Amino acid sequence: MTVQAGVSEAAVGAQPAVALGVHRPIVVIGGGIAGVTAALEAAEAGYDVTIIEKNPYLGGRVAQLHKYFPKLCPPYCGLEINFRRIKDNPRIRFHTMAEVERISGGPGNFDVTVRLHPRYVNDRCTACNACVAVCPSERPNAFNLGMGKTKAIYLAHEMAFPMKYAIDDAACRLSECAKCVEVCEYDAIDLTMQARTLSLKAGAVIVATGWKPYDASRIDNLGFGKFPDVITNVMMERLAAPNGPTKGRILRPSNGQEVQSAVFVQCAGSRDTNHLGYCSGICCLASLKEATYLRAGNPEARAHIFYIDLRTPGTYEFFSQKVLSDDHITITKGKVARISEDPATKQLVVEAEDILAAGKVRLAVDLVVLATGMMSSLSEGKVAGPVAFDTDDFVIEPGTADGIFAAGCAKGPFDVATSVQDATAAAALAIETIQTAARR
Amino acid sequence: MAKKTGVYVCSGCGIGGALDMGKLVGLAAAAGGPVRTSPAFCLEDARVIRADVEQEGVDGVVIAACSPRVNTDVFRLPSAFVERVNIREQVAWSHPPNLDETQSLAEDYLRMGIVRAQKASPPTPYTEANERTVLVVGGGVAGVSAALSAARSGFAVVLVEKAPKLGGYAAMLHQQFPKRPPYEAAQPTDIAARVAQLEALPGVMVLTSAHVEEITGQPGRFTVRIAAATGSHEVTAGAIVLATGWRPAATEKYERYGLGRYRNVVTSMDLEAMAVAGGIRQPSDGLPPRRVAFVLCDGNGDDAHLPYGGSVSSLVALKQAKYVRQQPDTTAFVFYGDMQTPGQYEYFYRSVQSDPGILFSRGQVTSIAEDPGGRVVLDVSDTLLGGDIRLEVDLLVVSTGMEPSTLGPEDALGLAYLQGRGVPTTKFGYADSHFVCFPYETRRTGIYSAGAVRSAMDLAASVQDGRAAALKAIQSIEKSSAGQAVHPRVGDLSYPQFYMHKCTSCGRCTQECPFGALELNEKKNPVLSPNRCRRCGICMGACPVQIISFNDYSVDMLSSMIKAVEIPEGDEEKPRILALACENDAYPALDMAGISRLQYPASVRVIPVRCLGSVNSILIADAVSRGFDGVALLGCKPGEDYQCHFIRGSELLGTRMGNVQETLGRLALEPERVQVKELAISESDRIPAMLEEFVRVIKGIGPNPMKGF
Repeated sequence: MTVQAGVSEAAVGAQPAVALGVHRPIVVIGGGIAGVTAALEAAEAGYDVTIIEKNPYLGGRVAQLHKYFPKLCPPYCGLEINFRRIKDNPRIRFHTMAEVERISGGPGNFDVTVRLHPRYVNDRCTACNACVAVCPSERPNAFNLGMGKTKAIYLAHEMAFPMKYAIDDAACRLSECAKCVEVCEYDAIDLTMQARTLSLKAGAVIVATGWKPYDASRIDNLGFGKFPDVITNVMMERLAAPNGPTKGRILRPSNGQEVQSAVFVQCAGSRDTNHLGYCSGICCLASLKEATYLRAGNPEARAHIFYIDLRTPGTYEFFSQKVLSDDHITITKGKVARISEDPATKQLVVEAEDILAAGKVRLAVDLVVLATGMMSSLSEGKVAGPVAFDTDDFVIEPGTADGIFAAGCAKGPFDVATSVQDATAAAALAIETIQTAARR
Repeated sequence: MAKKTGVYVCSGCGIGGALDMGKLVGLAAAAGGPVRTSPAFCLEDARVIRADVEQEGVDGVVIAACSPRVNTDVFRLPSAFVERVNIREQVAWSHPPNLDETQSLAEDYLRMGIVRAQKASPPTPYTEANERTVLVVGGGVAGVSAALSAARSGFAVVLVEKAPKLGGYAAMLHQQFPKRPPYEAAQPTDIAARVAQLEALPGVMVLTSAHVEEITGQPGRFTVRIAAATGSHEVTAGAIVLATGWRPAATEKYERYGLGRYRNVVTSMDLEAMAVAGGIRQPSDGLPPRRVAFVLCDGNGDDAHLPYGGSVSSLVALKQAKYVRQQPDTTAFVFYGDMQTPGQYEYFYRSVQSDPGILFSRGQVTSIAEDPGGRVVLDVSDTLLGGDIRLEVDLLVVSTGMEPSTLGPEDALGLAYLQGRGVPTTKFGYADSHFVCFPYETRRTGIYSAGAVRSAMDLAASVQDGRAAALKAIQSIEKSSAGQAVHPRVGDLSYPQFYMHKCTSCGRCTQECPFGALELNEKKNPVLSPNRCRRCGICMGACPVQIISFNDYSVDMLSSMIKAVEIPEGDEEKPRILALACENDAYPALDMAGISRLQYPASVRVIPVRCLGSVNSILIADAVSRGFDGVALLGCKPGEDYQCHFIRGSELLGTRMGNVQETLGRLALEPERVQVKELAISESDRIPAMLEEFVRVIKGIGPNPMKGF
């Protein structure tokens, strides 16, 4: 290359990257979309990565979504590519049903203690499904947010990766029953499996522990838990999904009838100092998206959204305009005051303010979907170690040790696109840490 | 070509109970190599396969068992070509056991798999480009962040900035939005510190007052010609970060707000400059304003100029309202459509709202005038302050939109590519990927966009974006050096080969490649830059004379697989349908159907393809000549919200269907015999009805008259 005079610095003499393969791995806590992305992006740059995931499968909450906004595309399309990247890349290891107990040490040299919960099914499982046929116990279907049941031995869902079954020890009588053990031809079930602890060395740590929905039953006036036809936005995702409890049909939980009308209640918990002080950022878009689910399944159905501000920043406004061009989807600026049930018709009655008309409205509908906010998954049981949190239990930079980075919703309420971007940046920071530490 | 093909037929997971294993083994003997069975090849018996490869010289391994989507690691044999024949999910689990049609399906799949293994040959990766320098174009906050991250990760960096110094718009800001709890007050920017950190790092070449004139080459080795104040430079770079940022939308677009017409109407950038300079003043007389209004004019319903809303303009108004309030005796008014303060920025909104000197109202500005004293008179309708109001202010601040620098004819890269000098953009002009799951990917391999050129964003997001795009650039360099493909077929070592003697110089491959990987030489023959290629095979689908092939994927291979299927003759109850299925969406959906034990017609023979765009129309002609009664093409959604990870695959197939229909017409066959079906990965529940309906249509038309010819 020719470098001429007057240039501030020559690009020669860069500090060469430390030989790949000699560094300590990056430990990624959480195998949702942020964790999987961070792991893959680092691994494909040549770094070893270990993912620690709490569920028996990777993919986290996006695996439970029916579609993404704004493209209305199925999340599993991207997950399939990501899982193929994991399968093809020996640099990535993962532990499911695992949780990080403790992090200690410093940049380039962390010790991570991991608790492995017993799956009772080992890697010999071929997913042949023979065990399910003989299993006598049932459990609420956690993947479907408690809607419907599975056997105590189960595959979380048909796209689950890894495609290995698991036993829910809260529902299984283990060795007292053991019918599954008898039918398993592959010696894949071990009912005596115990929890164990694993110690990992790490060059850097990425906290990608994600989010959980705010407990809607804590919002007294909205009737969740009291009226079965008041559901949350995450439940709506499962109702609309073809592999969900209703096989994709949006039915009233109370009577199984097709929903003809629905109200979406924005800020169910968010932007409310009694609940979550912040804005969850995604719920306006999620409700617009979910209104299209209802409309796709039933050409007569009507959806109405009550909101404070319709938060569809940037090009998302284009999505909002597209959805709202459907005259069966309408919106009102105003907070919902109360939800009750009409004793005669069993419909839900929504009472709300209409700020722009300076009045009140009352609507009777079949279904109410609460746009419940996103909370940090770490709001109970934080990671023990040099990780700092804000008052909402999101990880913050000041106070968190150098070499530990948060990605995605561990940091704040993000949509999927932002989580993926943030996770890629976190992987970059982890690599910078390892390279910098190795040069010391 | 495999010299010795071993066939391994698994009887586990219900396969043995559904199929006649003896017949499958007998058929496999024709492959000429070892044939073995096991109740579970994925467990201990995986050793048997490995031993054959290591000791018996088997270099083609056909495993008839579960889907290639599972046990990938168990059956990874670096020194052999492994072909997975899916007789579990797509045969035993999705068809009734021990029926002739189910058995025929398994036998056809086995024949097809053996042919495929025999036709494949090991790839020779292209490893000749391994320049470990990242070129960053644009020295604003995103570009500086990208350069810092790449340098700290051990890569050399060349940073090109058109202005005389680094920092971009970030350096023109007084403060930035709160980044730390309690998220209540704006804080100083840190761009100067980042620039200083960058300038202190070794291995970073910064060229200011400079622009890129031309880029040639490919990932791993781009040759970059740069014109700078100091002279011209030629550098080589392995990958590129495009961080050329944004510009304010032209003020003419905001004329109706009085911008450019009235002295005391300014843009938000003007106000920022005043704050940096030490005080906010009325342009008319230089005095400090008492009453200042902010109009968020790119909100909902105000689509006069930009087709999208503000990402940061609400926050800018909040921040600047506080600037105003720092001057004595001031009142600020903020008119908005919907206040966009997502996430923890809500705390900032709440804190600004608690200031009694800042009044917020939803409302739309209906008219703007100037009084003789230079004051701005606003009429605002539908306000929350009491209907329609008239307001006199000393200064009106109009939030002008952010336009990506890639909007319009200017290009910052000067790519010497046949398909154009710039990076293809979205309809809004952003150099963005169009994928929720895979940001930073542009349609030019090895070039990753970051910051406001990718999407309107604030400083904190731009810093993250720069880092992330730098990592993508690093990956591209690592992969190119190893001769491997990048996203989405990461690690693929093969790339298309051209049998140039037969090339007719039609140029179609060069036009249809979604990634601009092909150039034309002086003879008008295509020339591939292997590291620009994503291995989708769209060129292979495009070529009218079928001269393009991969070592492990070719028209000949697919055609031979089609011909390996046995076509029953004279039995109207046994039609044969070929389904060419996108490997990322439709093929996994077929697996899901099996996992859910859904049943679909056994007359369908599925061949996974890299992309429907890789399907050459001759394959459909081959299938029809072979005697297939129908062909289904199962792929993803085209159009504005396309899902094709090769961008144009489904769309191109649509246009090629014209040729196919013409072929059918020539053969006097009904057009309904060949149909494109959209099938998303989550739609396995639709498969039985979709395929049953197709079979019903085909039976209605009757057998293919070409059968037996």
